[in-house]
Amino acid sequence: MFTLQELKRSALISLWFVFLTFPIMVVKVNSIEKTVQWRWMNVVYVLVGSFVLSLLFRYFLYRKEQQSGEDEQQGDNTGRSLIHRLLIVPKYRNMIYGVLLGTAVVFPFLTSSYQVNIMTTALMYVVLGLGLNIVVGLAGLLDLGYVAFYAVGAYSYALLNYHFGLGFWAVLPIGGLLAAMFGILLGFPVLRLRGDYLAIVTLGFGEIIRLVLENWGGFSQGPSGISNISRPGFFGIELSLEMAIVYIYYLMVLFVIVTIFLVNRLQDSRLGRAWIALREDEIACQAMGIDKIKTKLAAFSLGALWAGIIGVVFAAKTTFINPASFTFLESAIILSIVVLGGMGSIIGVIIGALVLILLPEYLRALSEFRMLAFGAILVCMMVFRPQGIIASIRRTYTYKPRNRDEA
Amino acid sequence: MDYFIELFFSGLSRGAIYALIALGYTMVYGIIGLINFAHGEIYMIGAFTSFTVATILTILGLPLLAIIVLTGIAAVVWSASYGYTIEKIAYKPLRHAPRLSALISAIGMSMFLQNYVLLAQTSDFLPFPTLIPDFAFMEPIAHIVGSTDLVILITTTVSMIFLMVLIKYTRIGKAMRATAQDRTMAMLVGINVNRVISATFVIGSSMAAIGGLLIASHIGQINFYIGFLAGIKAFTAAVLGGIGSIPGAVLGSVVLGLTESFATGYVSSDYEDVFAFSLLVLILIFKPSGLLGKADTQKV
Amino acid sequence: MSVKLNKKIAAVAAGFLMTVALPGAGLTADTIKIGVAGPHSGDLASYGLPTVNAAKIIADKINASGGINGKMVELLIEDTVCKPEIATNTATKLVSDGAQMILGGICSGATKAALPIYLDAGLLVISPSATNPPLTQSGDYPNFFRTIAPDDAQAQLDVDFAIETMGYTKIAVIHDKGDYGKGFAEFAKQFIEASGKAEVVLFEGVTPGQVDYSAVVQKVKQSGAETVIFGGYHPEASKIITMMKKKRLDATFISDDGVKDQTFVKVAQENAEGAYASGPKDTSNNPLAQQAVQEHKDMFGTDPGAFFENAYSAMLAMTSAAANADSTDLAALKKALQTVPVETPLGSITFDEKGDAIGVGFSVYQVQNGEWVELK
Repeated sequence: MFTLQELKRSALISLWFVFLTFPIMVVKVNSIEKTVQWRWMNVVYVLVGSFVLSLLFRYFLYRKEQQSGEDEQQGDNTGRSLIHRLLIVPKYRNMIYGVLLGTAVVFPFLTSSYQVNIMTTALMYVVLGLGLNIVVGLAGLLDLGYVAFYAVGAYSYALLNYHFGLGFWAVLPIGGLLAAMFGILLGFPVLRLRGDYLAIVTLGFGEIIRLVLENWGGFSQGPSGISNISRPGFFGIELSLEMAIVYIYYLMVLFVIVTIFLVNRLQDSRLGRAWIALREDEIACQAMGIDKIKTKLAAFSLGALWAGIIGVVFAAKTTFINPASFTFLESAIILSIVVLGGMGSIIGVIIGALVLILLPEYLRALSEFRMLAFGAILVCMMVFRPQGIIASIRRTYTYKPRNRDEA
Repeated sequence: MDYFIELFFSGLSRGAIYALIALGYTMVYGIIGLINFAHGEIYMIGAFTSFTVATILTILGLPLLAIIVLTGIAAVVWSASYGYTIEKIAYKPLRHAPRLSALISAIGMSMFLQNYVLLAQTSDFLPFPTLIPDFAFMEPIAHIVGSTDLVILITTTVSMIFLMVLIKYTRIGKAMRATAQDRTMAMLVGINVNRVISATFVIGSSMAAIGGLLIASHIGQINFYIGFLAGIKAFTAAVLGGIGSIPGAVLGSVVLGLTESFATGYVSSDYEDVFAFSLLVLILIFKPSGLLGKADTQKV
Repeated sequence: MSVKLNKKIAAVAAGFLMTVALPGAGLTADTIKIGVAGPHSGDLASYGLPTVNAAKIIADKINASGGINGKMVELLIEDTVCKPEIATNTATKLVSDGAQMILGGICSGATKAALPIYLDAGLLVISPSATNPPLTQSGDYPNFFRTIAPDDAQAQLDVDFAIETMGYTKIAVIHDKGDYGKGFAEFAKQFIEASGKAEVVLFEGVTPGQVDYSAVVQKVKQSGAETVIFGGYHPEASKIITMMKKKRLDATFISDDGVKDQTFVKVAQENAEGAYASGPKDTSNNPLAQQAVQEHKDMFGTDPGAFFENAYSAMLAMTSAAANADSTDLAALKKALQTVPVETPLGSITFDEKGDAIGVGFSVYQVQNGEWVELK
């Protein structure tokens, strides 16, 4: 691997990076006082850093290529990840589920309320990811404005709570249904669009919702937001902040379990298969007698439903919302969860959400470098594992020729 | 009527600004079908390089014309290098991967570049030197069209024509079209696809660099975040015009700019973006592949 | 058990090697931990980072001179990105990490989201820049103090200046759709209408970060306004005023504290000439303010950014309250803040019952020859 030629190549690459980063990393000018600051030390950092990284980058790329070559030779089963192989065996599967559930239950007793809080956020994104997975992963409709439905849910709780004093449990279904309605509302005009045109329209839709919330002050209180939203009730008992955090955490654990169960059932249902068929080939799908309009709208509204419900939870958890929480970046993060985890794969999306939401929190140790690292990790993950952490596996039936003697 | 004309030219110059960025977007998309989210950041890096170089040259006391030319060259060289490198790192290994993976990679790259400039330079807004002077002959209509507006309008038009000619008549342009139509087939007829894609990124990024220089000198300030909103708007404009089409990108940008301007002028700037996106949705409903996009017939 | 944390983390990212040394944390028993929360990345980072710098400068100074009553100051710097949901996570993290006082909350929205958590933990919060009036006036957050005047006080001053001093009758009110800018603009509109002497001919929001504001400027021109009152921050303000000059619109420009920043003059250059803005009373003769700016230059090599002086003052008020109270108990700190005046770059300040600083008055400034000059 580390032949002289490779080293030479890396040396050239590092020189290239020195050139590339020169005006940004080395020079810093002050156009008012007309002074120029030359930070020559950065040249050394870039030189050494890019030399090492380029070697690593190409080494991993080389390994990835080797591996994919091997996979093709060995057939499909070995290509499956360890997790899939474990989950196929019921004994292991139940054990894993048991351990996970156990960990989830005792988690708040072992850690601080900060940990519980971010874990709750991560679980919320698990559900959001699973919801978007229906639209993007299963039905293959690229949605860049998913955050709009999340906003609908959050604002419906905030406003109903503010004006009419409605409680969390009463608004939970309302928020979900309202979001689902918005899903259909968005779904109708975009039925004919495909691919990137669909993506930009959904992006526009998401922005429109946010801009209306921002500008229609009389309705949504504008950018200053709505504060003092009540936390979820617990049989009428007033909970302390710490208790409330733990309570919402358990609620989210419950939601996640329910969502996984429902999404799993949905995937194997007639509707779920129709989505997958739609994703693979729209025309063939129609020829098979699947109602395209109904199927697409179902995907949009069901995806939106989950976003709406989590929106309600979000408003209840932070007790304050304003339009700043519902920007395009949020949609991009949820989409990243789905793609990074592995499109269409439920376990993948769960792991993706945990990684992407917990990572920036744990990257806080890197302080100002954390978003830089986050971006770099996103790129590297995609480069080295484009199918996502856990790729979804297609249902396959293997035909085994029967032994002649038996026949 | 005066008011209408004023708004019209406001919209036109805003459209021309979007177009400078949208051209690069649409080229990359046309060739490899990737929404290059980092394109806005390349524009930002072009603006920063211009800022650095222009300031140094001003300190050295060069004449204005020399400053403009040298700054432009530096911005193009560096932005093109960034475009080239980004393609090699973040997109090339993903050629055969699902398309969404490349999109996520692009989003990651965009975040990385923003924070890289933030850390290496500053988070503050920096005053960009005025590179384009007020032309004396423009004074009578300066309240309608400023000098920088004029330069941007001309640059946009020239760039559009240049790119159209490049794609239609030159060798590399033909290779680009071939690659866009069928990458495998292009390879079979002896086109170096990797080189064509690199060239696309280099040209697209150069456009962004020129945009960065002109727009920054029009607005008069830069910071690390300017690429984000400009990128999204330019992308919207490119889709509106029919993504992949060079004249479409310019038309889409102008339509978008005019819509925003008239919406501000006659309704309220509170809702300018709402109007812009609503227009986009409406046009795409009736013309699902944008204003000048080719209707994409589906093979069965 | 004491943990000595002094590790170098090599932050290596795609081609750029940078090393960051985490500040060595001392023994936990002998430190006062001050949380610094604000946007340190993202589009609003430029409003959050100057506060971090101010905190670092003062913490270094205090630690060099033996700490607060012998206790070293340790900073816990956490990013909120100005997003409410991240701000709540940040708040719980700071509380879990044992922060005893909080400097920050840069944006009002994120501050509002985080305050209940700090209140629950009994932590003092001093913000250099959260100007939303209800934060103090609602009485919901007894642990909240700020070294900046609320929006309504400023709006009143600016409106009085426009109507009484300048005698304008047609006023256009523009804002940046943000929490701060729109709040300010709405107060301005309300006060103009209440005065009965002038009318609001235009009330509009502009999108921050937009490439060009010429359409809205044309609209101002069309409305026949004699002056523009702008609510928002300096990047938008300098773009608008530059565009006003380019479009040969000679209405005057009156704005708020978010604009009264030297960066505005630097960026808008000669176009800024003659613009008015309200801001904290002149401190340039205040030796402490000069010293603060100089310290920033020495430590970071640049001029300080937005809200630096407010943050510097907030940090001074906080640390001296801790020194006077000799504890970080909320009640004791509040008492110290409300009774013992502190010399800061903003002048000698104490805090009122609600948490607003007394002595942080406002006056109107004008840009004259590239400098903000206080109008007497």
